[in-house]
Amino acid sequence: MSTGLLTVSPSPHIHSELTVPQIMRGVIIAMVPALAFSIYNFGLGALYVTGLAVIFCVGIEYAIVKYLLKKPASIHDGSAIITGLLLAFNVPSNLPWYIILIGSAVAIGIGKMSFGGLGNNPFNPALVGRVFLLLSFPVPMTHWPQAGSWSLDAVTGATPLGILKDGMRAGESMDSLLNQMPSYVDIFFGFQGGSLGEMSAFALLLGLIYMLYRKIITWHIPVSMLLTVVIMTGIFWLIDPAKFANPLFHVLTGGVMLGAVFMATDYVTSPFTHRGMLIFGVGIGVLTVLIRLFGNYPEGVSFAILIMNAFVPMINRYAKEPRYGEVKQKR
Amino acid sequence: MALHHKLKTFRLGGVHPDDQKLSAQAPITPLPLPKTVTIPITQHIGAPAKIVVQRGDSVKVGQVIAVHEGFVSSNIHASVSGRIGVIEETMDSSGFKHMAVNIRVKGDDWMETVDRSDTLIEEIKLDSKEIVACIMEAGVVGMGGAAFPAHVKLSVPEGKHVDYLIINGVECEPYLTADHRIMLEKSREILVGIKILMTALGVKQAIIGIEDNKHDAVELFEKLLQHEQGIAVAALEVHYPQGGEKQLIQALLNREVPSGGLPSDVGVIVHNVGTTYAIYEAVQKNKPLIERVVTVTGKSVKQPSNFLVRIGTPVIDLLIAAGGVPEDTGKIVSGGPMMGKAIADLDVPIAKGTSGILLIPKEESTRAEVYNCLHCGKCIEACPMGLEPYRLLILSKKGNHSRAKEEHILDCIECGSCSFVCPSNRPILDYIRLGKTQLRKPKKA
Amino acid sequence: MNPVVLYTILTLTAIGIIAAGVIYFVSKKFEVKEDDRIGKVEQVLPSTNCGGCGQPGCHAFATAVVAAGDLSELHCPVGGNAVMKQVAEILGIKAVERDPYIAVVRCSGSFEHRKKTNIYDGTESCKIAAALYSGDTGCAYGCLGMADCVEVCDFEAMYMDPKTGLPVVIEDKCTACNACVKECPKGILELWPKGKKNQRVYVACLNEEKGSSARKECSVACSGCAKCFEACRYDAITMRNSLAIIDPDKCKLCMECVDTCDVHNIITANVTPEKIQAANEQRLKREERARKKKEEEKLAAEAAKQQGNGTAPQA
Repeated sequence: MSTGLLTVSPSPHIHSELTVPQIMRGVIIAMVPALAFSIYNFGLGALYVTGLAVIFCVGIEYAIVKYLLKKPASIHDGSAIITGLLLAFNVPSNLPWYIILIGSAVAIGIGKMSFGGLGNNPFNPALVGRVFLLLSFPVPMTHWPQAGSWSLDAVTGATPLGILKDGMRAGESMDSLLNQMPSYVDIFFGFQGGSLGEMSAFALLLGLIYMLYRKIITWHIPVSMLLTVVIMTGIFWLIDPAKFANPLFHVLTGGVMLGAVFMATDYVTSPFTHRGMLIFGVGIGVLTVLIRLFGNYPEGVSFAILIMNAFVPMINRYAKEPRYGEVKQKR
Repeated sequence: MALHHKLKTFRLGGVHPDDQKLSAQAPITPLPLPKTVTIPITQHIGAPAKIVVQRGDSVKVGQVIAVHEGFVSSNIHASVSGRIGVIEETMDSSGFKHMAVNIRVKGDDWMETVDRSDTLIEEIKLDSKEIVACIMEAGVVGMGGAAFPAHVKLSVPEGKHVDYLIINGVECEPYLTADHRIMLEKSREILVGIKILMTALGVKQAIIGIEDNKHDAVELFEKLLQHEQGIAVAALEVHYPQGGEKQLIQALLNREVPSGGLPSDVGVIVHNVGTTYAIYEAVQKNKPLIERVVTVTGKSVKQPSNFLVRIGTPVIDLLIAAGGVPEDTGKIVSGGPMMGKAIADLDVPIAKGTSGILLIPKEESTRAEVYNCLHCGKCIEACPMGLEPYRLLILSKKGNHSRAKEEHILDCIECGSCSFVCPSNRPILDYIRLGKTQLRKPKKA
Repeated sequence: MNPVVLYTILTLTAIGIIAAGVIYFVSKKFEVKEDDRIGKVEQVLPSTNCGGCGQPGCHAFATAVVAAGDLSELHCPVGGNAVMKQVAEILGIKAVERDPYIAVVRCSGSFEHRKKTNIYDGTESCKIAAALYSGDTGCAYGCLGMADCVEVCDFEAMYMDPKTGLPVVIEDKCTACNACVKECPKGILELWPKGKKNQRVYVACLNEEKGSSARKECSVACSGCAKCFEACRYDAITMRNSLAIIDPDKCKLCMECVDTCDVHNIITANVTPEKIQAANEQRLKREERARKKKEEEKLAAEAAKQQGNGTAPQA
């Protein structure tokens, strides 16, 4: 009859199935369509950049934890893999290896581990790495291989957003600029120039649907962010269609989709409550549109997310969910 | 079949653990009399009862062995007949040692006043005051787990108007089926119990709330209530912690008990079905609370069962009756898996508030690795009180209890939803409980 | 010079001067006057901000001392008498000497003495475990061994002994700040006078249960046999239920009680075995004398009785 000593612990005695490694695995699975598409689009260059970024990120985290912090290994939670993937998603597929190494070191070393590792970083590590690279290596970071070209030293070209910005500066008309672009269907499926993971809105939406289905994320951030982008650009487009591109163009090009699905929804750097998430998403949308339309850069999602990351503690402080019993009963 | 319509449930938070009602089909069977019982005198919230017997005394079933001290307290009766043994501090299911009376069983000799027949007595002869006195005398306490003396709940403070009685047949804890079986087997008695409670409270309306995974019970009551005035049954979505008083009131009547308030503040009194049955027995049969239905369950248990058990029976007797303790048992929980207490010792006695004994296999009995907080916000989503558990954990851990109080830590109902969902396995409720105890404890000089 | 550079330098200089002016003005305007003695007192305090004095920190203590102008109520346990003397000098008031204290561990139920009865798997914190249940051993009074006290110690004066599972206080480092005493949910830690020549004697057990059940739970539990109680000549030992308690104020450190304990649970610090042995011999001799005296008395009484018996009829 004896079964040895019994375990005693405070309740609850059961736990939900969803744990950190499973969530991380789910996010990685959700990234697979976008990754597969970019390999299809850019060939081995995409795989090479992604692989390097993941290896560097994981390796750097392992080294920091083991030799600097001297703590038990933390890489098995899978978050470094995601940082690596996201970093790769945000760079062109022909980036040299040393730039990837620097980006990974900044993302993991400064963006994540210097704050105490997973869960303590105020800014999205992959974006910290990306923005650091964008500011330090502007030329390699903004020269994308043409979509559909398989060789590593293919002709480089600009993104649709880049074409638009440069064209507007050169004084070309909106209509003629839009005519130079691929069709919307092509853009939707991803046949456009750009960073690794951001081209195919379709593949990213597949990932979003998967994550929503697995209840890894909620709809609040992606929907509020995309809606804000649509509404804001829509207003400007209605005011002056000759000067501003239409909302569909803005949503489908650049990093909006990638940002809405994977970057802004990062647990650690987004608000806790649904209300907070809505504020966060709207903030990112507004900033993105402002940077795109009036800023110097053709693209503003990364900056918008990083800026809103800084507001997260404040949003957490004030955007609270209603409590039970808080609202006095009317009857 | 009626059209599928959306079932009622509460507004905020909640989780959906696998319900695992393994013993739902097992009828209530009386457990053979134990050799000895150990009856703790603190089985309820409030002051411990005062022992009125001495070692060596002979007692009959139903005889008072400890009387309530003060109003918020409860009588304790002998659940068996025999001779009083040692009276000493004994480990009970709370995890602490309390005074308890040991009785060596001899025969089964009942007090003559108790009506032991099965006949249903529907006519209510007593008036409100007499009913409350009778319930108090019988030592009936809340049998859902909290063990709050029932007569206290029935004594509505002056100035408050109660217009609804809610009967809690939700049993939202996974595994447990004691209330489910009582509802199926003692439905008519429960109905009389409800009428007794309505008389005692002077209310005209009552609702029985049952989660829809007990659809047979819902249908049974729908049939019984066809010709009844003022009593209704409501099927509820399966949603933990719907059995919490505050959640149930919100789900059924859309009223919210104000922070720090009681259900009577919004005109509602809630009683558990098990308690209602005990009240029927106390009032109509003059039978004190000396036995209760206990579910013995767990994935590895040979025969998941529902036993009718005398109060004070050691847990081991129940386990043997359910097919023995499986080899791989790692944890034994008194109550449900979400809010029950793990017990360390198989001689712990069944108390008035013990709704179930749950066996958890070794591999599921230890906690998983804890990660850093990911800020995923799942604990906030899950909290049925709309609190921010992650923040309460940090504040309690740092000892900043005054801030935790401002963040309404005392509203926490300790349902465990936050710890249940936390993907990082953070011991959120551990620290919230700590914070609550630190706030409640009188300051050291 | 390039005009851009020039303008930059000029603008920055101007901003700097204006900002400096503003800061100067604000600091003068909103200056908070504070008794300068507070600063001086704070200088000599250990600035550990441990709260051992009962004040929230050293600054608060300094403020309180200056405000009170009297040292009978306020004492810095960390600095001790030396610091308090300095404080008294600064304030020009009389210093009040206090006996130094130290924290003692009042449980000796090590792993080998106190068998585990279950496995605790909650958060590693004594406070949380204590709120849940009586502990992972049979003894409901004993140390839970999860080092809340070690964690709270600001002075690294405690560590957990891996062999016994009990905390150990490092005598030289302990400042008697009371933090561990407040932290321990079981009240195992207690402040004790450091004693003459640093000698102390205390009962390392808090179990008030009856001897038989206490011993079942822990082989070194105080069983309440009261031998030490009987041995004490100064009424320094009292019995509470089944537990012997030494009152440090009454204890004369004679050490006569130490060897009476069957389970060696009367713990001494800085006392040589020779002294304990000598004390024990002295006690035994005294007891022998007392016994003899008693016997003689008894004999004398009996003799008197017999005599009485013998003489009675005559009377």
